[in-house]
Amino acid sequence: MSFYRGMTCETVTITGGKGSPITAYVAKPAGPGPFPGVVLVHHMPGWSELYIETTRRFAHHGYLAICANLYERAGQGNPDDVAAKVRADGGIPDAQMVGDTAAAVTWMRAQPNHNGKVGLFGSCSGGRHALIYASQRKDVDACADLWGGRVVMAKEELNAKTPVAPIDMTKDLSCPLLGLFGNEDRAPSPEQVNQHEAELKAHGKAYEFHRYDGAGHGFFYWHRPIYRPEQAMDGWSKVFAFFGKHLAK
Amino acid sequence: MCTSIIEIAHAEGMAKRGDEWFPLSQAVVAYDHARHAPLGDVITLDFINASLDPGARAGVELTLASAKALRAALDRAIAAAEFEEAEVRGKGAALAA
Repeated sequence: MSFYRGMTCETVTITGGKGSPITAYVAKPAGPGPFPGVVLVHHMPGWSELYIETTRRFAHHGYLAICANLYERAGQGNPDDVAAKVRADGGIPDAQMVGDTAAAVTWMRAQPNHNGKVGLFGSCSGGRHALIYASQRKDVDACADLWGGRVVMAKEELNAKTPVAPIDMTKDLSCPLLGLFGNEDRAPSPEQVNQHEAELKAHGKAYEFHRYDGAGHGFFYWHRPIYRPEQAMDGWSKVFAFFGKHLAK
Repeated sequence: MCTSIIEIAHAEGMAKRGDEWFPLSQAVVAYDHARHAPLGDVITLDFINASLDPGARAGVELTLASAKALRAALDRAIAAAEFEEAEVRGKGAALAA
């Protein structure tokens, strides 16, 4: 095999929560496999180009990868506009996200060259969503939460769409958790990350948190001024080491 | 930041996208990390029509300082407009300082 692996990319339609058709972008590495799988849970800016590129990045590193459009029900259009429409509607319900992400996990497990292991990867609201999924379902083997905000939530923040704070689901977390955080972030703040870590310890959960000085929220986002190349590249090495450990067969 | 700072107001009026104007249903004000402006956290204004396609949107990302200046300008314009609407100017009343 050459140093650079080929891949096949396409969009597929999966059956999300309540039977709703959901479009997903998939990237499959060339070769017979078997390959571990990564399900990407996109961030609040939506099913964005960054997430499509990141899906391909995982395939380049030898993972079957899928990223479902969790904002599909808001209509078709530029993902940025779709995300604004979702924001105007107060975001998507956590339960709906779980149903749609379950469809992506099911798709992954049905691939003939899949090795039977699935990791979740999400940042920003996607990190929070990945954590919720891994706490409510038992069909993933590792979860990477990158600076997910609102894991710790005040009572007044809870509503019909987000009825339970993810930190209060900790006892049900069903797989090892990787957390990457910028120490200059305010949501989640370092104090909230401490609270989350204390809860994970209290419940004896397998986790590893990495906290970065000189970085705030979204330090992987190469197209934003918040990008921090040194911390981002170290963070990527942590992601691949974590998935390499927990998704190998 | 990954905030839930969102304020939504009913909006009656129109906004422009490309060469086309569309009727509005809502004005959405948020504070979160910028999606486009080369800035960190921003005040985002979205003028949208939720009953049309997602492209029915005029979006703005502003620094907090710019948003405050805009709020002050809005307050001044609204105060002057209400003065006009009250039809007192022509009756010799002075605009309040």
